Amino acid sequence: MRRPRWKAGIAAAAAAALALSGCAESGRGGDNDGADNDATLIFGTEGEIKTLDPTFSSDSITSRVANQIFETLVRLKPGGVEIVSGLAESWEPDESGTVWTFHLRDNVTFHDGTEFNAEAVCFNFDRWHNLPPGLAQDPDMSYYWQALSGGFAENTPDRDDLGDPLYVGCEATDELTAVITLSRPSSKFPGLLVRQQFAIHSPTALEKYDADNVGGTADAPQWPPYSLEHPTGTGPFKFESWDRANQEVTLVRNDDYWGGKATIGRLIFRAIPDEGARRQALLAGDIHGYDQPSPSDWAALQDAGMRLEIRDPMNLLYIAFTIDSHPALEKLEVRQAIAHALNRQAMVDAVMAEGAEVASQFGPPILPGWNADVPQYEYDPDKARDLLAQAGYDEGELELDFYWPTNVTRPYMPDPQSIFELFQRDLEEVGIVVNPVAEPWSPEYLADVQSGKADLHFLGWTADYPDMYNFIGTWFARPLPQWGFNNQAIFDALAEADAEPDADTRYAMYEQINAQIMEFLPGVPISHTPVAIVFAPNVTGVPPSPLLDERFETAQITG
Amino acid sequence: MTRFIIRRLLQVIPTLAALSVLLFIWLRRLPGGPDAALLGERATPEARAAIRERLGLDEPILVQYGRYMKDLLRLDFGVSTQTQQPVIDEFLIRFPGTVELAFTALAIAVGVGIPVGYLAARRRGGWLDNLVVSGSMVGICTPVFFLAFVLKWVFGEQLGWLPTFGRQSPGINATHVTNFFVLDGLLTREWDAAWDAFLHLLLPAIAVASIPFAVIVRMTRASVLEVLNEDYVRTAEAKGLTDRTIRGRHVLRNALLPVVTAIGVLAGALLSGAVLTETVFAFNGIGRFVYLAIQNADYPVLMAFIMFIALTFVTINLLVDISYSIIDPRVRVH
Amino acid sequence: MATEPAQRTSPPGPIGRRRAERLDRLAELAATPPDERGESLTRETLRRLRRSPMAMVGASIVLIFVVIALIGPLLTPPPSWLPLPLYSPIENVGLEQIRPGQIPGPSGDHWLGLDHLGRDELSRMLYGARQTLLVGVVATLIGFTAGAVIGGVAGAAYGLGGRIGRWIDSILMRFIDLLLAMPPLLLAFSVAAVLGRSLTAVMIAVGVAATPIFARLLRGSMIAQANRDYVLAATSLGVRRPRIVLSHVFPNSLAPVIVQATLTLATAIIEAAGLSFLGLGNPDSRWPEWGTMLAQAQAQLAVQPMLAVYPAIAIIITALGFTLLGEAMREALDPKLRR
Repeated sequence: MRRPRWKAGIAAAAAAALALSGCAESGRGGDNDGADNDATLIFGTEGEIKTLDPTFSSDSITSRVANQIFETLVRLKPGGVEIVSGLAESWEPDESGTVWTFHLRDNVTFHDGTEFNAEAVCFNFDRWHNLPPGLAQDPDMSYYWQALSGGFAENTPDRDDLGDPLYVGCEATDELTAVITLSRPSSKFPGLLVRQQFAIHSPTALEKYDADNVGGTADAPQWPPYSLEHPTGTGPFKFESWDRANQEVTLVRNDDYWGGKATIGRLIFRAIPDEGARRQALLAGDIHGYDQPSPSDWAALQDAGMRLEIRDPMNLLYIAFTIDSHPALEKLEVRQAIAHALNRQAMVDAVMAEGAEVASQFGPPILPGWNADVPQYEYDPDKARDLLAQAGYDEGELELDFYWPTNVTRPYMPDPQSIFELFQRDLEEVGIVVNPVAEPWSPEYLADVQSGKADLHFLGWTADYPDMYNFIGTWFARPLPQWGFNNQAIFDALAEADAEPDADTRYAMYEQINAQIMEFLPGVPISHTPVAIVFAPNVTGVPPSPLLDERFETAQITG
Repeated sequence: MTRFIIRRLLQVIPTLAALSVLLFIWLRRLPGGPDAALLGERATPEARAAIRERLGLDEPILVQYGRYMKDLLRLDFGVSTQTQQPVIDEFLIRFPGTVELAFTALAIAVGVGIPVGYLAARRRGGWLDNLVVSGSMVGICTPVFFLAFVLKWVFGEQLGWLPTFGRQSPGINATHVTNFFVLDGLLTREWDAAWDAFLHLLLPAIAVASIPFAVIVRMTRASVLEVLNEDYVRTAEAKGLTDRTIRGRHVLRNALLPVVTAIGVLAGALLSGAVLTETVFAFNGIGRFVYLAIQNADYPVLMAFIMFIALTFVTINLLVDISYSIIDPRVRVH
Repeated sequence: MATEPAQRTSPPGPIGRRRAERLDRLAELAATPPDERGESLTRETLRRLRRSPMAMVGASIVLIFVVIALIGPLLTPPPSWLPLPLYSPIENVGLEQIRPGQIPGPSGDHWLGLDHLGRDELSRMLYGARQTLLVGVVATLIGFTAGAVIGGVAGAAYGLGGRIGRWIDSILMRFIDLLLAMPPLLLAFSVAAVLGRSLTAVMIAVGVAATPIFARLLRGSMIAQANRDYVLAATSLGVRRPRIVLSHVFPNSLAPVIVQATLTLATAIIEAAGLSFLGLGNPDSRWPEWGTMLAQAQAQLAVQPMLAVYPAIAIIITALGFTLLGEAMREALDPKLRR
């Protein structure tokens, strides 16, 4: 800033005034010189937005847009993993962990003027619980409600994966108190509620615009007017228009927002499917930012003056053993040998983004429950050979099918082919014969590896919400064909942890379990990869979120 | 005449029918449908089972084939697994882009190729001639997508003269009537949009034009050479007609005939070139869509594309054949 | 005595017309009778070839390519007494120098630099020549064999089978002409898309795309010779027709076939590269092949563009060599075809 002194003084005073006048928890805060409060921020998305009602979608683009329009009871602390208040100011479980009382924020209204209160909250929860059998309950449609509650008021017949719902009911004991009853305690509550799929919509709008009337098929849904034109939430932005020809969704500032009003006037999400095109658009100044730039572009983007925000890793790449698919894998020494054979650090250095780390267990360090003292498996090819020999396999005697996916990039796996080739080499070095099986990600690869066809395969996970159970519980809480083992001790330990209402106790149990898992070694955790978001040099005020759900209301565009 | 047409049609139909059966067999051996593509790694085995059941993969083969043929005849190629939209719609949206590209490429190839070929023939053995002959040979031996890389690198990224992504710059909000972007710009009088679209066409069109250009240059040169040796040109020269008259009246007209014949070959080269080039420039046409379909194992789209190629070239072949039979009665006898 | 032009029972569709015409002209060369050829076709042709700069350039390139293809794998890694900076093509020797966004270029230890996984690029280029040659040869062989069968049957049917024979010929040729009308890349694409992702699928696909060319060629040459004097003479002497076909007609077709095979080899390599680029080749790309290397290099274009340039130049030069040689042979075989 090259301004003369006195101007700086005035600017500082103005900034202070603005800061005091109520940007509640704005990340970067105060200094507002040059920022235009009516500016338009254009954000490039990697695909087209399909629907504006997050209830029926699980893709990150829908969630990103929804995150500006809707709000949830609880939120993630901006830039972190702590759960802080959203539409609920505070909440507590009872001793059994099955009755949760939410104390709601006062003086909040939906975009259509309906009052936000406990009745509205219960309306929403009951809506999800009562989704009709059929299309609405399809795994592709309401995945997250099924992930939370595991069932509905009336389950679709023939659906083996739907059972007794976790959610029992919701009661509005007074204007601002909603009491939610569960059938048993669960580690998912209230953590999973940070997701946009559990945002609170205006009951009036839901009814008026027929929100549950989804027709067509899961591959080609026909959305009701609510999803296409009238998404109504409580958030800092309101939906204005959706230009399908140019693939743009436009939001405008909600001037009746209960918290700090947005510091930009309009927010446009523009679909630019090609990553190179997004980068060009950013460099040319046509957009103000985009998500997940490829790691090989990070240096170039920073050199060009762009603001690269690197989020803490909340993901994991792992190699899984399908233990019952090959007799060798049932021997612990073989699994250990493979873990020692893989040069994970070299792969991470060469292929993964800067800041990526080798994983020591099946969950990221940022989450409570991470254990610094789990059994370690350093890169040691000689040890690997010894272990193999111990298990009775000499050079060239062990042949394993190693599946890897083509045609895909995931945040935790930017280049599957390179990762595979390096690990293939590592395994061959210690005398294992690798039989590579390459399949397109969807449907073949996922279908095959999850049904247990592979001996070894890659997969990964990005956290849904900040709890270790989202990682280890997803994979190791029950027998799954993908992993092919039946270790009752681990299953029981995880069940116990899930049912533990007290968070700290639960975290301690997670640490125990992580050590147990690394002892048993059902697979080899490979790496955690930071994922970045990039903005133009004149855009500030958007704190990066490890769960990829940044909010733009504190964004500032200077100059 | 009608008998001729009918007979040709009859000869074509068995091939197409056989093709449809082959494609059906191929499609059937693949696991059907997106199968929890949206969920990715989040799909549990039970969810996956529920989805497969929903997709109805258990009907008897003949029923499936019947349904498939019925859909095919209604031009219903199913739904793209990438966009969840009907394949036919996706094709229709993207088709104009590729046509614009092919047309521009053809214009470049013909507009530059014929004069160059002619000049090379007139100054046979000169530096231009040698350059043209060797250059065109190199051109045919260069993979089109590599040429696209080079063009993009040199003119797009290093020199920055021309845009290298897509059909239109993101900032320009153009109204689309026909989906032919340049045409739309002209129709709606949004001159900047039309110009912008045209600029985006240039680099890919040059890449796509490379092989047709080489072919046209060599052919023009060859036929001009042939014709130049014809007696009637010598006679005309002997009669004292000026050079220009000779050029205009005789040489060019006769030399163009083989070029016109070759248009069919060129159409093939243009479409192939488009498929290879569009990806490099993220140009939103059919070629890029097909490339993405391969990447994402979008089988309905691939199948539709294969049928499209077969149908297109069989039709062009048939139509031009028929028009030839009108022009040259000898052909009809057989 | 001049030959008669090959009888075309069904004229080709105009798209294929141009290609078909060239092939028919080439096929006719097979029917050039011995007395017109001078002492021997081979010696005459070789003499012309030796005098043609195009042929010499083409032949040298082809020779160098074949030599590299043969000895490349022996040099990577080189025997201990050979102090060359070459390594195994699949060994990640320089992995620690690789970062996302950073791929080192040429250096003393690595004359062409490293690839994106730290393997020596020069070694991969040398080793890749063999695989590339293999792709070209196998695809051409497939095309030739399939084409020879179809074309041979058609030609034989035409010449020997009377009315039914001509009808069979007509059906086969209609099918071949349709294939000829399709752009070769897209035809190969369709076949490869159905066959799945492997190098074999690519070779078969390119071979299928080349089949109509050889079919038309073989058929054309057989028919061109059907009316030759020596055939008529032999027939009148009582020699059985099949024997004539086998001992005279077929061998005489060799020259045009060699010419076409040379030309097809060039386009086969390029088409294979195109298919790999589109994502149809073998996803496992450890063992180098120029086409796959070129296709994969596009992912690294922003970081190290030279990784695309090396295989591209190699492909261009090799294809050029075969094309020059093929064209020169075609010209040498028939002085009427001087351009």
